[in-house]
Amino acid sequence: MGRKTIFFSNLREAGKPEQTETGKLMDWIANLLIPLIKSLILVIGLLVGFAYMTWAERKLCARFQLRYGPNRAGPFGLLQPVADAFKAIFKEEAIFGQVHSKVIYVIAPGISLAAALLAFAVVPVGPTINSFQVFGFQVPDISLHLAADVNIGVLYLFAIAGLGTYGIVLGGWSSNNKYSLLGALRTTAQLISYELPMGLAIVSVLLLSESLSLVKIVEKQAVLPFVVLQPVAALIYLICGLAETNRSPFDLPETENELVSGFATEYGGIKFAVFFMAEYINMIVVSAVTATLFLGGWQWPAFLADLHPLIAVGLFFVKTAFVLFLFVWIRASLPRVRYDKLMKFCWKFLFPLALVNLAVTAVVVALLPG
Amino acid sequence: MNISSLNLTAIAPQIIIIITALVVLLAELFTGRKSLLAYLSLLGIIVAAIASWYIWNGTEQRLFAVPMFQTMAVADGYSLFLNLVFLVTAALSVLASINYLVRERINHGEYYALLLLATGGMMLMGSATDLMTVFLALEILSISLYVLAGFNRADLKSGESALKYFLLGAFASGFLLYGIALIYGATGTTNLAAIVDFLKGTGPMRGTYLFIGLGLLLVGFSFKIALVPFHMWTPDVYEGAPTSVTAFMSVGAKAAGFAALGRLLLYAFPTLLGDWVWALAVLSVLTMTLGNLTALAQTNVKRMLAYSSIAHAGYILIGLIAANEAGMAGVLFYLLAYAFMNVGAFAVVIAVGREGEPNLELSDYAGLGSRQPLLAAAMAVFMFSLAGVPPLAGFFGKLYIFSAAVQAGFVALAIIGVLNSVVSAFFYLRVIVYMYMQKPIVEARPVLAPPLALAIALAVLGTIGLGLLPTPFLTLAQQSIAMLFGA
Amino acid sequence: MELALFVVLAVIAVIAAAGVVLSKKAATGALFLLLNFCTLAGLYILLNAQFIAVAQVIIYAGAIVVLFLFVLMLLSPGKEESQDRKPYIRVFAVFLAVLMLGEVGYVAFTGVLSGTPGQYTPEKIAEVGNVQAIGQVLFTDFLLPFELASVLLLVGIVGAVVLAKREL
Repeated sequence: MGRKTIFFSNLREAGKPEQTETGKLMDWIANLLIPLIKSLILVIGLLVGFAYMTWAERKLCARFQLRYGPNRAGPFGLLQPVADAFKAIFKEEAIFGQVHSKVIYVIAPGISLAAALLAFAVVPVGPTINSFQVFGFQVPDISLHLAADVNIGVLYLFAIAGLGTYGIVLGGWSSNNKYSLLGALRTTAQLISYELPMGLAIVSVLLLSESLSLVKIVEKQAVLPFVVLQPVAALIYLICGLAETNRSPFDLPETENELVSGFATEYGGIKFAVFFMAEYINMIVVSAVTATLFLGGWQWPAFLADLHPLIAVGLFFVKTAFVLFLFVWIRASLPRVRYDKLMKFCWKFLFPLALVNLAVTAVVVALLPG
Repeated sequence: MNISSLNLTAIAPQIIIIITALVVLLAELFTGRKSLLAYLSLLGIIVAAIASWYIWNGTEQRLFAVPMFQTMAVADGYSLFLNLVFLVTAALSVLASINYLVRERINHGEYYALLLLATGGMMLMGSATDLMTVFLALEILSISLYVLAGFNRADLKSGESALKYFLLGAFASGFLLYGIALIYGATGTTNLAAIVDFLKGTGPMRGTYLFIGLGLLLVGFSFKIALVPFHMWTPDVYEGAPTSVTAFMSVGAKAAGFAALGRLLLYAFPTLLGDWVWALAVLSVLTMTLGNLTALAQTNVKRMLAYSSIAHAGYILIGLIAANEAGMAGVLFYLLAYAFMNVGAFAVVIAVGREGEPNLELSDYAGLGSRQPLLAAAMAVFMFSLAGVPPLAGFFGKLYIFSAAVQAGFVALAIIGVLNSVVSAFFYLRVIVYMYMQKPIVEARPVLAPPLALAIALAVLGTIGLGLLPTPFLTLAQQSIAMLFGA
Repeated sequence: MELALFVVLAVIAVIAAAGVVLSKKAATGALFLLLNFCTLAGLYILLNAQFIAVAQVIIYAGAIVVLFLFVLMLLSPGKEESQDRKPYIRVFAVFLAVLMLGEVGYVAFTGVLSGTPGQYTPEKIAEVGNVQAIGQVLFTDFLLPFELASVLLLVGIVGAVVLAKREL
């Protein structure tokens, strides 16, 4: 072994036997191809989910207000999202000369969307489907979560949430417009502030689960979902989730009436649609994480989940859909809060509350072994 | 998962100081009388001093010099003696601050909290036995001082001082951290005891990385204790900062830097003695000479004291270079003496000053001897002591350090030190000449507030006391460094 | 597989790092820095240091570069840059950079780092878990630095309030 190999040797797993050609091929398939296929499915699923989320929201809001909602394109307006997509794609877009940097202006929505999509990678959708036979062909174990079950799932969510801010900040800044800049500043301040109580709420869950892996957290909830043990944390998480996704009543960054859509003022057509997508996918992610952390994910109630993995997956989706419905419900019911009240609420109420909750949880966990 | 050597009580003085800082911070919410916070701080300082004494002399010998927190720190004689220096400095500064803060309209509780936190950082530097602890303690100390330097927010000079101090200090911290990283790379540990073991194992090996790391470490510390040519920030920072802060940091930060440097060089890297000793000797000569020569040209007393503090760092460095027991004992003694005389001198500057601090020129001291005989006498004591006139504290500090240098064979260094003291006598004595032999220009009589008077009185007492009875303190210092060389 | 990933990430990292230095606009530079941090996080994952990787993204990408961008957004430094830059500074900078590169290369290819490796081998970390291993060390061996860091943060907060708050 030359010096070079010493330098690079720690990149490989120590003690791994020399690989054969087919072994190498399998390595590539297992580590690159399968994740690629999985992520493709995930991305398509999320985009479809986004499309029908907008439809569902419009329908629901309409019902809350005794209207019909979209009902022209297709049965029950089901083709409305498709129509919207065509409209967004074919809309003429002008990038005006005033933008700070065209490149940044164009990639900003992309960053937002990418961060939103990436976050879903660690969310466990369901248990592993054991290998089974179809027409005499042996199908291997299928794990229903995308990323390997590393012990940092929760932290990963935080990291990606941090990256998500960039889309909005850069979009607002590169638009070179006072409203956009203000919107971007508000967003950043809001996101960073609400991340703190959110993190503390999650930490109190971690004290119960004793693991940062989302799969382990789900498995711990086979008997009792954490929302029963941690109602305060669940509430804090949900409120922060609303703020993190810029949803009403915390949609201050956009505020049509004072900031004319905030950071998105200058955006139109498909670029605006991408921002829009990012927002809704973030919402789906927050709902899915809520379902995972507090509602028992695919694991609870166990007697249903144990029947078949697909039922477990169904449980997960029902829970996610329920939280999404809550989001829409809140939007239809509550007025927007004032900006200073929003920040005060976070720092002077939610944050101390989350701290107290964490402290109480820690004491209880320490006093009650097991 | 167990912590084998937590030994929490051994770090009690530091904990007490930091808790006092928190209490002060909270207490400000409930009291309108800010002076109460000062007395609270003093109480904490006294309790911490008692705790230090208890660890040293208490019946529970198991506390003394036992590594704590997995050998991250230690409460040995060295750190306890330095605790004394830091606590004296902090106590005198708090006393001198009480009315000064009111006068300058910056009377906020955070001042005392930050001062205490800085003191905590200094004490931790004295007791740290791991490079990581050294670094964190240094940052606690430095960041508190950056803020304190800019505490007078209405004053542009104060802001300038804070910004300069912060920028150069952060730069120095960078050097220090790079040095620590390289030393870690070379030895595989940041723990001083483990480094000692490692160096024993390799014999007189001089790894390139260890060498560069130590060099960067020295540069970082040189910034912090203001050795020439890393002293550029000192005059502006000391002049711009509120005077009570200048008093505190000119002594405290310097002593803390020397504390950590002494432990590092003499305990962890004595095997590399030959490598660093000449570098330090050059630094020392430059520091003394440049500090004193520039001080000659100053007419602003605060600025003159800033340059004088640079020069004193040069003298103290000689004790480190000697690298023997007499030298280190001399360093500790000198630091204690310096705490009394320098804080005392700045306290007099506070007493002579007016709101907005216009009275800092030498001419403002003209005729002080007839206007305020006691104050002038105190200032004379401090000036004589700083110049090294027997039988005051400063004289014995210099005596011990120079004789240690001669013992260790650095005769030339000692001679340069003595020559520099002669030069320095000129500008110290000039203050006295102004006070007693010039007609007063300003007729206003400074009013001496009781706490400030107490601070000056205590400083005079310390300066004269250390001068008249140096032996018990020197023995104490000698006992306290035994640990350092015993290993 | 790992090697291929490493090469891809490393190339992006180097390009991004060069972009930070070479880009004329400060905002572009900040974005290149962000990209660099993200690729570094990828490299950490290849080294089996997932926690460090995530911490890298949360702290550097999620907090520090956002701060940079905030400053750039609010101050919007325009054309006045590189006015007072003296030519010798550039030469000196290049010299320093080459020197550092040489040093790092020397270490990497000769292995002169003589320190003893710690007890946490990849196998052991895989056994107890990455976060658990860090947590255990943090709250036993490094308890004092950990607590000191909290004091340091407190000092920072108090300092920020003192310097920035309008009415103390």
